[in-house]
Amino acid sequence: MAAFYSFLAVLALIVIPWLGVGMGMGALFGIVLPYIAIIIFLVGFTMRIVDWAKSPIPFCIPTTGGQQKSLPWIKFSPWDNPYDKKGVFMRMVLEVLCFRSLFRNTSVKLQQEGPKVGYSSEKSLWLFALIFHYCFLLILVRHLRFFMAPVPYPVHIAEFMDSILQIGLPVMYQSDVLILVGLGFLLARRVFDGKVRYITLMQDYFPLLLLLGIVITGVWMRYVVKVDVIAVKELAMGIVTLHPHMPKAAIDPSVYAHLTLVCALFIYFPFSKLMHMGGVFLSPTRVVPNMSRRAMWVNPWNDPSIKPHSYAAYEDDFREKMIEAGLPVEKKA
Amino acid sequence: MAKYPPPEELIKINYTTPVKSWMDTKTAFKPGNFSYPGKPEILKYLGMPNPREWSPTDDDWKLPPDWQRIVMEKFREKLKKYRSFKIFMDICVRCGACADKCHFFIGGGDPKNMPVLRAELLRSIYRGEFSAAAKVLGKLAGARKLEEDVIKEWFLYFYQCTECRRCSLFCPYGIDTAEITMMARELLHEVGCNINWILEPAANCNRTGNHLGIQPHAYKDMMDFLCDDIEEITGKRIRPNVNKKGCEILFITPSGDIFADPGIYTYMGYLILFEHLGLDVTWSTYASEGGNFGLFTSDKMMKKLNAKMYAEAERLGAKWILGGECGHMWRVINQYMSTMNGPADFLETPVSPITGTKFDAAAGTKMLHIAEFTADLIKHGKLNLDPSRNDNFKTTFHDSCNPARGMGLFEEPRYVLKNVCRYFYEMPENTIREQTFCCGGGAGLNNEEFTETRLRGGLPRGNAVKYVRDRHGVNNLACVCAIDRATLPPLCDYWAPGVGVSGLHELVGNAIILDGEKKRTTDLRQNPLPGMEDEEE
Repeated sequence: MAAFYSFLAVLALIVIPWLGVGMGMGALFGIVLPYIAIIIFLVGFTMRIVDWAKSPIPFCIPTTGGQQKSLPWIKFSPWDNPYDKKGVFMRMVLEVLCFRSLFRNTSVKLQQEGPKVGYSSEKSLWLFALIFHYCFLLILVRHLRFFMAPVPYPVHIAEFMDSILQIGLPVMYQSDVLILVGLGFLLARRVFDGKVRYITLMQDYFPLLLLLGIVITGVWMRYVVKVDVIAVKELAMGIVTLHPHMPKAAIDPSVYAHLTLVCALFIYFPFSKLMHMGGVFLSPTRVVPNMSRRAMWVNPWNDPSIKPHSYAAYEDDFREKMIEAGLPVEKKA
Repeated sequence: MAKYPPPEELIKINYTTPVKSWMDTKTAFKPGNFSYPGKPEILKYLGMPNPREWSPTDDDWKLPPDWQRIVMEKFREKLKKYRSFKIFMDICVRCGACADKCHFFIGGGDPKNMPVLRAELLRSIYRGEFSAAAKVLGKLAGARKLEEDVIKEWFLYFYQCTECRRCSLFCPYGIDTAEITMMARELLHEVGCNINWILEPAANCNRTGNHLGIQPHAYKDMMDFLCDDIEEITGKRIRPNVNKKGCEILFITPSGDIFADPGIYTYMGYLILFEHLGLDVTWSTYASEGGNFGLFTSDKMMKKLNAKMYAEAERLGAKWILGGECGHMWRVINQYMSTMNGPADFLETPVSPITGTKFDAAAGTKMLHIAEFTADLIKHGKLNLDPSRNDNFKTTFHDSCNPARGMGLFEEPRYVLKNVCRYFYEMPENTIREQTFCCGGGAGLNNEEFTETRLRGGLPRGNAVKYVRDRHGVNNLACVCAIDRATLPPLCDYWAPGVGVSGLHELVGNAIILDGEKKRTTDLRQNPLPGMEDEEE
């Protein structure tokens, strides 16, 4: 049900602009909506981060994934159990760029004979998640061509590398295929893996289907209808240079569908789990060094009025018995 | 004695998830899957809300009249106080990587024991009460209203989490279920839903200085009794300092170790080690508890109970504190102690009086782990050891959750172990070190009535023990945690019969050759040493 509603929502986001443009609402979908989306994204993203940052990290609670730094002759894990900022930096680099934690993933198998509980390495989620995220990044970089004049050198490099296999005309980008593979896998496991399906909500299906919609409309534009790229760039440059105007040459409605889906993604982003992109950098079990035994970690709301049951009260309670047992006391009976 | 099915029955675990949404499955309380509620007199003593007689199996939980408002207010307060809570409510993508990392899920198959779903129990209320969009979409968006059934569900599942943090290791965003469970338990306290096995020890600890409620004279008696045993075994009389002012070191260890087999042998190991070194150390009856059931209660309770350590060190004029083998105690010391009750400027950075090693790792809290202390001693050749006295043991090592994932204490105990034992075998790599599995009884769940669920949760650990038992003939599971020493023996009897449990310093105590000791014929358990089976005194 949740998947079906998500699918309908994405479908609507394709059909509405498609029809709308035909009815002369090109400027609405090509200019007004993108501006709204960008503003909501930037403001929403920032507000979300600020809101998180407003809550303190009262305690130093890293999840330690390796040997602590203790005695000089014991080899410690500087990245899995960092004790300083440098170590945390490396931990975060590995986490964000290589999905280090997901790389550890295992799968449990229970054999009735024995019985035996076995653990096998399970890297498929890591692999396909990595494929998806990197392809998405590469595609974003490639798209800078539409928003920059002259096109910067790194963008050329990205395009060159992405099409290095030289298949088809227009030449095929490998990332277009791989992102479909990545998204396809992520969606398939939500649908076919019982455990994952059980925990999946509408807000898990929707972004996957939205991204698939974006990729599919993009592929359609580039390889099937072969849209007028010059006109698209004119529209995009108008937006970024703050001189928005509709290009004279007609643009295929699929471009507006694509653009609307992207706008939907931008608008949806700050209010959704997609904020994991920002959140991972603030996660207290990862971004904090294991240092609270070495030095002081300060809790801003620490309550100094909380005192232990005092020794004096303890001795008052047990003085007689303590004296009898030969234990030293502060006050004689 | 609690009744539970035999291993052949219990192992038939069904991991398939129901067709119906988890929100539509009702919470079922059965003997063995929940812990008994906090007694009203204990709640009153601790000043906690809504003390009353009740049972989880009752229909009416006698919640206070405006309980919804109370819970949501606390929810808001916690979100303001803890960034972890806010982030963990917001950024989960439900990828499912954590699902089969939880020992309770592996051993039970209940989908609500998947860490992601455990957190969703809270998240669904977070969305349903705080997010307008989710309110409209309702169940489709995983949102629901706070109803009495939700409280019941929270009570069951947040007291089926041992805060072991194994899931947080695998989470791509480091979402820590221990943190979520701690928050949920605090919400439940507000309406008087909690378990006695946590609160009574906390109350005891406050008054008597330890969880078990041992009063000072009784503590001294028990200590003397253990010294008698040591004298019988080694021929040497040890006279430990208790509550003595002016000693260099204050030693604090969990009270479980003075009270019950097999912890007492570890306690004897400490006494022998200190005697061997001639260490200027005192024990304390006021601070006779290393563990801290406040960690499983609330940040306030944790702080209050922990504060005794520094208070006592200051009163006695110690220079630094040495801490015994305990799991959650070390999470508190490593990650909370100085923040809550520091800085302890009246103490000094621990320096071993024997080797001169300065322990910079403890420069902030001034509290050293005994495994670090002993490893340093062995490295410098300061202990006179005969590891062959442990030849009856083929040992493996259980990393306790908290020193593993809340500290990173892996090599120190292993180094000690390898020097006091000649037969040491590791369990499979997915079950040790940072990936270690819980004993099933952490976070205050090591009570009798919870045994069935504990044994289920103990399956991954028990099965790994069985693996090394069958492969290498392992007959001893060493650990550095007092709760482990209480929970692992029944767990081994159930899943890996024939394997016993010992503390690290029990084995150290066996191996240490005291100056002028008599020829030992038995180990600390008074079992014959290898080759001494025929010798009788």
